Amino acid sequence: MPATADTSAPLDRFSLPDAGGHFGPYGGVFVPETLMTALEELGAAYKAAKKDPGFQAELRHHLKEFAGRPTELYFAERLTQHCGGAKIYLKREDLLHTGAHKINNALGQALLARRMGKQRVIAETGAGQHGVATAAVCAKFGFECVIYMGAVDMERQALNVFRMRLMGAEVRGVEAGQKTLKEAINEAMRDWVTNVRGTHYILGSALGAHPYPMMVRDFHRVIGAETKEQLRAREGRLPDEIVACVGGGSNAMGIFFEFLEEPGVRLVGVEAGGRSITRGDHAARFEGGKLGVLQGCKTYILQNDDGQIELTHSVSAGLDYAAIGPEHALYRDRQRITYAYACDDEVLESFQLCSRLEGIIPALESTHALVHGLKRAKAMRPDQILVINLSGRGDKDVNQVAKMLGVTLG
Amino acid sequence: MDRIANAFARARAANRAAFVAYLCAGDPDFDTSLAACRALLQNGTDILELGVPFSDPLADGLTNQLAAQRALAGGMTSARVFELVRRLRAEFPEAPIVFYTYYNLVFSNGVAAYVRAAHEAGVDGMLTLDLPPEEAGEVEAACTTYGVKTVFIVAPTTPDARLPKIADAATGFIYYVSREGVTGVRAEVAGGIGEAVARIKAHTALPVVVGFGLSTRAHVAAVAAHADGVVVGSALVNVIRDHLAYRVAIAPRLAVVAADLAAGAVKMG
Repeated sequence: MPATADTSAPLDRFSLPDAGGHFGPYGGVFVPETLMTALEELGAAYKAAKKDPGFQAELRHHLKEFAGRPTELYFAERLTQHCGGAKIYLKREDLLHTGAHKINNALGQALLARRMGKQRVIAETGAGQHGVATAAVCAKFGFECVIYMGAVDMERQALNVFRMRLMGAEVRGVEAGQKTLKEAINEAMRDWVTNVRGTHYILGSALGAHPYPMMVRDFHRVIGAETKEQLRAREGRLPDEIVACVGGGSNAMGIFFEFLEEPGVRLVGVEAGGRSITRGDHAARFEGGKLGVLQGCKTYILQNDDGQIELTHSVSAGLDYAAIGPEHALYRDRQRITYAYACDDEVLESFQLCSRLEGIIPALESTHALVHGLKRAKAMRPDQILVINLSGRGDKDVNQVAKMLGVTLG
Repeated sequence: MDRIANAFARARAANRAAFVAYLCAGDPDFDTSLAACRALLQNGTDILELGVPFSDPLADGLTNQLAAQRALAGGMTSARVFELVRRLRAEFPEAPIVFYTYYNLVFSNGVAAYVRAAHEAGVDGMLTLDLPPEEAGEVEAACTTYGVKTVFIVAPTTPDARLPKIADAATGFIYYVSREGVTGVRAEVAGGIGEAVARIKAHTALPVVVGFGLSTRAHVAAVAAHADGVVVGSALVNVIRDHLAYRVAIAPRLAVVAADLAAGAVKMG
């Protein structure tokens, strides 16, 4: 039985993490000594930037003019009719420049890297969305940019590889292990250990060693803050439920954070159920994982009895990862956020349904949230409101989906 | 019995730096690995640093990553690693054996149980690559309980302000990583090693060993002038890599390579 947090006192969301990066028993800093000082410097730089009105104003400026914020909160009328239950709103992060919420964090960290005097930026990417966002901000701010990507992901997301290269990034394929996101992070960390003095690592999810889970979450909090304001203007109230997909968990923490202390708002994270919840066939850490330490933090991890990290599978490269962000693990213990999963075949179905009914092609990652959201909407009353975080667009996925549907393109 | 301290004392008495040799346990298979470790310990190795194969060794370069993959593919598990140590311990009652490992392997089934099993198998010390002193309380406590020494790393990027914390946590020796980067063979020895060792020694009476990137007798000799011990890893692992098609040649070849490297550890003057 893994350690669980004391559930007697309500959590103050702003008190987390502690100074050592702990979210209750989760999180922390588990990295080679070479990186300790860089992480401390990053934490200090972020703390100063967070309090600096000039930094925040510049970030808001770029989020508006470069990324395209605020994003719409869109009433999905036909999906609502289709389900016959709760009113469904989609938070349209897919409309952001580069196609997903990832740009919020990439912009924030790029400004921070510039403030720290770094010349070179590295990043990992799974589906390629974080890599594309990082490549874009590096082009914009003139950083040298290297993106690590698993060889399997490079094949299933070839379009994004080309986009990154167009924007001047060097994309390095990673051939180790199962050649997906986890191996890309290993390789990015090896690069950082080697080039730590002049390089900033833009980690793309609410994962890894402190201060990353906190910092990445903070850069995405704008999603939830906008949602709250938009829904208040439109419906005059809070939503009943919010659903978001969870790989590392950055888009989910981003939209949930603003509502953590609103007990009437149910929050649901949706993991990747893959082919089925069988070892090696999925990436639902709360379904088969146990407490462990991977790539900088303590959290739930898919691993074997010996502590070796398990293979994972998901139709979506962005959710195909063995660990979940540490803050999610804490809020699950506290029963503030609940977790579900969606399997590949359901995802393929909802991907087509959303495209056909709404004229919106969702990213396969975000479609996991749709799968669960549509089930929930059916079970809810028409006077209730459900928000689904549409964290990214599916343009990158159409080749893969065509292949899965047996359609030959051009 | 403190095998680690004894080994450093013996080396010091012979006017040598201790020669610390690294191999990944079970690379490429259990029997060959046992023979390979035996060859090292019979040919000038003062301390055996035994890598525990992990699926995600993020502090290691390609040479050691592939070694871990071979070992895991060859069926190494925690139980088999302990068995390898037991067999070596029976043959070499005085030789210090230090685990070079990653924290999830230690943590996943309970830190105390793991450290106890390591001690019972005959492990003398533990270096956990991704465990800084800030997070090491549980490991330190278990190591104290079971008499296993802790080893911590100092990097070129470590500021003086961190040294007391690291020196406090370590009980076996301090491992100075001579360059920023992952493990692996390099052509040149990094600069500034003498200064770095002196900087560390201002905070600890423990021995300081130097490693990462050292591969030749000349490298060993250059570092031995400044340090209490010299670590060679990837150059030995490469001997295994180069003889995978003819595994019986691995141990005899390692015997020759280790003897040559160990001879470099004699302190000049």
